[in-house]
Amino acid sequence: MPAFANDALEQRHDGAVVPVNGARLAFTTDSFVVRPLIFPGGNIGDLAVNGTVNDLAMCGARPLYLSAGFILEEGLEMQTLRTVVTSMQKAAASAGVKLVTGDTKVVDKGKGDGVFINTSGIGVIESTEIKTIGPASVQPLDAVIVSGDLGRHGIAILSVREGLEFESPILSDCANVWPAVEALLNAGIEIHCLRDLTRGGLATTLNEIASDRNVCIQLEEALIPVDEVVQGACEILGLDPLYVANEGRFAVFVPAAQVEAAISILKKVDVSQGAVRVGRVEETPGRTVVLQSRIGGNRVVDMLSGEQLPRIC
Amino acid sequence: MKFLSEYRDQKAADQFAAAIRKKVTRPWTIMEICGGQTHTIVKSGLEDLLPKEITLVHGPGCPVCVTPIELIDKAVAIAKRPDTIFCSFGDMLRVPGSSKSLFDVKAEGGDVRIVYSPLDALKLARANPTRQVIFFAVGFETTAPANAMAAWQADHDGIDNFSLLVSHVLVPPAMEALLSSENCVVQGFLAAGHVCTVMGFEEYLPIAAKYEVPIVVTGFEPLDLLEGIYMTVSQLEEGRHEVENQYARAVRREGNRPAQKTISEVFEISPRQWRGLGEIPASGFQLRGRFQKYDANRRFPFEGEPARESPECISGLILQGIKKPHECPAFAVKCTPENPLGAPMVSSEGACAAYYHYGRRQKTSVQPELSSPASR
Repeated sequence: MPAFANDALEQRHDGAVVPVNGARLAFTTDSFVVRPLIFPGGNIGDLAVNGTVNDLAMCGARPLYLSAGFILEEGLEMQTLRTVVTSMQKAAASAGVKLVTGDTKVVDKGKGDGVFINTSGIGVIESTEIKTIGPASVQPLDAVIVSGDLGRHGIAILSVREGLEFESPILSDCANVWPAVEALLNAGIEIHCLRDLTRGGLATTLNEIASDRNVCIQLEEALIPVDEVVQGACEILGLDPLYVANEGRFAVFVPAAQVEAAISILKKVDVSQGAVRVGRVEETPGRTVVLQSRIGGNRVVDMLSGEQLPRIC
Repeated sequence: MKFLSEYRDQKAADQFAAAIRKKVTRPWTIMEICGGQTHTIVKSGLEDLLPKEITLVHGPGCPVCVTPIELIDKAVAIAKRPDTIFCSFGDMLRVPGSSKSLFDVKAEGGDVRIVYSPLDALKLARANPTRQVIFFAVGFETTAPANAMAAWQADHDGIDNFSLLVSHVLVPPAMEALLSSENCVVQGFLAAGHVCTVMGFEEYLPIAAKYEVPIVVTGFEPLDLLEGIYMTVSQLEEGRHEVENQYARAVRREGNRPAQKTISEVFEISPRQWRGLGEIPASGFQLRGRFQKYDANRRFPFEGEPARESPECISGLILQGIKKPHECPAFAVKCTPENPLGAPMVSSEGACAAYYHYGRRQKTSVQPELSSPASR
């Protein structure tokens, strides 16, 4: 965004880390426009709190305070609003953050989509010793770990939109991931980069990092965790789980020597008990993500152009 | 049987690959005519497991790609109207017409909806009696039964505000057109598994005999393709040219008779334009008899200009398997999925798009490289 160029924006990370009177604060903002408002495993309120808390966590910062701006469409049912707000209160309490300021506007019927929410958040990087966590710190031969199985949130949303039902219902993985990040920081793991796997999934996140950092990332398909039911839903809907959104999952880049320790720590935390190594950063430079398929062939995992569309047959 | 894991098993894949390597004594060129198979081959990097003697080429198996631009322009014109709801499978939305795609129309406020089935479009017609609902009926024989059923149900229930914009194409005539061309490089075919689930494989027997080519009906998982290739290579090495069925778990020789009956009640065979190949006689479906009233082409008259293809596009050579996508000078430079010059770059199952997305930008296996800046 050339109009707004500055050092903080150039970090091109989930949040901005800014110096304030000797402290390193993380600052982030996100807007939430999900349809349907309420979905299996959560609602727009959970997303609005956890999404912003997670962006702060991805900077290695303890989340502290949130603001919340609501744009409500006239005619929105009060019960829906109550459900959303109650969820936000619970999610905030669970994440240990305080909602300290906010705003509400109402627009005419037809000018909104029920509820739009913007949340902004402030967190603090507590240790002065840890280096900047972000794409700029990614190194060749770093291991790539994901914190759990992929695709739950996107499929939960789509299952409502498409009227699909499963024997075991798929719930969104919407969750606050700070406890997992905190555990890694407390254990002194050398974290090079953290990134949550939201819109566009793992493939998009890794492509952004590969592109920003001029590295080539190699993935092994056999290692990538996808629940059987989610995989089945993806097959039916003609989607690739690598590109499906998650709301309680992140990728972490650590030096190869620390991979076992990092995974062992993550597995002890609820939100990251499914942590597993899925790939690594190659030595040779490049700007691609390459996948070794289950049967041993290779392909590039490209950036999506536009939205992922289901294939004909 | 867990299809997703067992048909993608590495050990079994290695065994098939070893068996193919053992069989092969000379170069062979094998073609598949199915976007779904193209997709699996490139997505799983299947060619990395094959000996260099085997060349896999991708035929005109992507119905999205072979739909003429004029028909896209027609779809766009219908979708722009305020009284219509235009329904389509997802990948048709991105295909650019002469000036716009259906996605553009949607972004500009047109009522364009992605559906998974033509029967969903029929539901919309029932729910919106004051609006015209049109379904873009694209596909090979695979999607014809559902489209036929939608027209049949509309007729049965007296639903007038529903129509189909038909763009069906048939595999056997395409195969014959390729085989009768003097430039034909193909020595064996993998026949499309789900087309044959509907139609059976009897139609391929005279083709195999006349042109002396082996044809193996093949499925869509990596192990299906490896087995299909193994069976084709075996025939080639042994000098046979028969029709065999690798996809026996889903395909019978006679196919699905009730589906065929419904198709023949609603559709009849017609000539069809294939983008990149020209007109192939008796290679499409059109609505027949009392179902002609559901033909969106007739219901919405439209005078469009004949569209001009880019002179740089070599899609005709790509679709016949004579050249591979990365051998085209415009590939990944001027011609990208965001800015396609021709048919095979348009849908994710078109050969050029599949090669682009999955990185087959060189002849050998995938190397990490700088990605093209234009697409970012």
